[in-house]
Amino acid sequence: MSRPAIETSREPSGPGSGPMLSVRNLGIIRARPEGERVTAFEDVTFDVGRGEFACLIGPSGCGKSSTLSVLAGLERPTTGAVLIDGEPVTGPGPDRALLFQEPALFPWLSVRANVELALRLAGVPVAERDERASTWLVRIEVARLADRQPHELSAGTRQRVALARALACEPKVLLGDEPFGALDALARERLQGVVERERVERAGTTTFVFATHNVREAVLLADRVFVMSAAPGRLLAEFRIDATRPRTLEDALVSRVVKEIHDLLIRQVREP
Amino acid sequence: MRRWANELGAPLLGVVALIAIWALVAAVTSTSAIPSPADTWTAVRDGITDGTIPEATLKTLIRLAFSFVVALAIGTALGVVLASFELARRSVRPMIVALQITPFVAWVPLAVIWFGVTERAVVFVAIAGSFPAVTLATLQGIRQVPPLFVRAGRTLGATGWELQRTVVFPAALPSYMVGVQQAWGFAWKALMAGELIVPAAGASGLGHLLDRADGVASILAVVAVIALIGVAVEYLIVGVIDRRIRAKRGLLLETASVP
Repeated sequence: MSRPAIETSREPSGPGSGPMLSVRNLGIIRARPEGERVTAFEDVTFDVGRGEFACLIGPSGCGKSSTLSVLAGLERPTTGAVLIDGEPVTGPGPDRALLFQEPALFPWLSVRANVELALRLAGVPVAERDERASTWLVRIEVARLADRQPHELSAGTRQRVALARALACEPKVLLGDEPFGALDALARERLQGVVERERVERAGTTTFVFATHNVREAVLLADRVFVMSAAPGRLLAEFRIDATRPRTLEDALVSRVVKEIHDLLIRQVREP
Repeated sequence: MRRWANELGAPLLGVVALIAIWALVAAVTSTSAIPSPADTWTAVRDGITDGTIPEATLKTLIRLAFSFVVALAIGTALGVVLASFELARRSVRPMIVALQITPFVAWVPLAVIWFGVTERAVVFVAIAGSFPAVTLATLQGIRQVPPLFVRAGRTLGATGWELQRTVVFPAALPSYMVGVQQAWGFAWKALMAGELIVPAAGASGLGHLLDRADGVASILAVVAVIALIGVAVEYLIVGVIDRRIRAKRGLLLETASVP
């Protein structure tokens, strides 16, 4: 393991220099109630650069969700560490936002109040909250639903509001734990479009790390795809995707990478 | 207007049918043990005009409000504490369940020994009979908050008391309201039993009125007032608050279709 504090000449650290997000030898061992110890995933190491879009992909149970929980600061790893902009992660923080598979909007608050609560918790002054919430509701195309309650919206719209809530806090890193996993094909496509547009508009100021089990989604969105093995999860391969954006599945490079990752994953599932 | 007619029509039909059967039975038996609806109405009117029913109603409602507010305060605070500390929950919860099951009338002798034949004894019975329901509902509500909300709140930056206040308590509110609804009913029943059994000198209340009533018509008149107050609180206050909370979150099953 490198120790940035000592090896400053080789690996500069601290805000603004090194990679935005650095995952080092991450692993989680869980204790079952019977006392048995099970390795969820181990020795996961990767970096994500500033403004990059990374996807973690792997079969169910490979630990991609748990990895995201650690990145979000919701769970502590058994081994290894995560650095955000050179700082070790010790808990949740306003530098990161997490999208869940379920929209996780608070059902007792209106769409606008959900966004404003997030801003309040992120420490945005009262005077700025209203305007900032409005800006983001317009940007994510949910402004006319601002006074609705979450239960009045479709699943896709709820997830768009969750995206607005996350982005309104202007995190350095947007994490997504299969954020489109529970949506129908149309809603999924629309949300992918919104995320792609935000990636472009935020021009490298926001780093994205999404977990998914959808190979096409990963290849359409990501600059780099990290493929994880079946449980216990390990990092199997890394794909750098240089296809031009906006991408389509008809693109020769895209379809070739989709097939490669797909074949790699199939072998994972088939092996005993 | 049509909605009101729809909602009130059937219950009114039930009341009219009951009064009709009652009138019939009273006419056929013609004993003083079963006064007619008209005699009972006269007793109600007399009670209202001579001021005894309004005074007793007011005193009883003040007692009810006081006991209910105290029960809510004790019950909620205890519920939050039990939800926060594992050992406290495991050691105290069974006792609260025992209290909840104990018939509130069982408290009356003790209350009289501690507080004498006074109004305070009555209020004590009402509080003891109703706070366990609030505690158990608070505990249940907090423990059943979906973990997703807590995770979402934490990633947004809420911790400790702020997480409780902004996420856990609001999420627990619908379950809590079930306890509130039960608790007011328990407080009401305990209060009536207490007032009836503890004839505190100089005290006035609907239960006391029941104890002192002369004639079956007067007793029935007080019973009718007691029942009416119960229905009013249930439908016009507690029920309305509960429906509002659940409607806001999409927890009401029926969605009105506009014809």
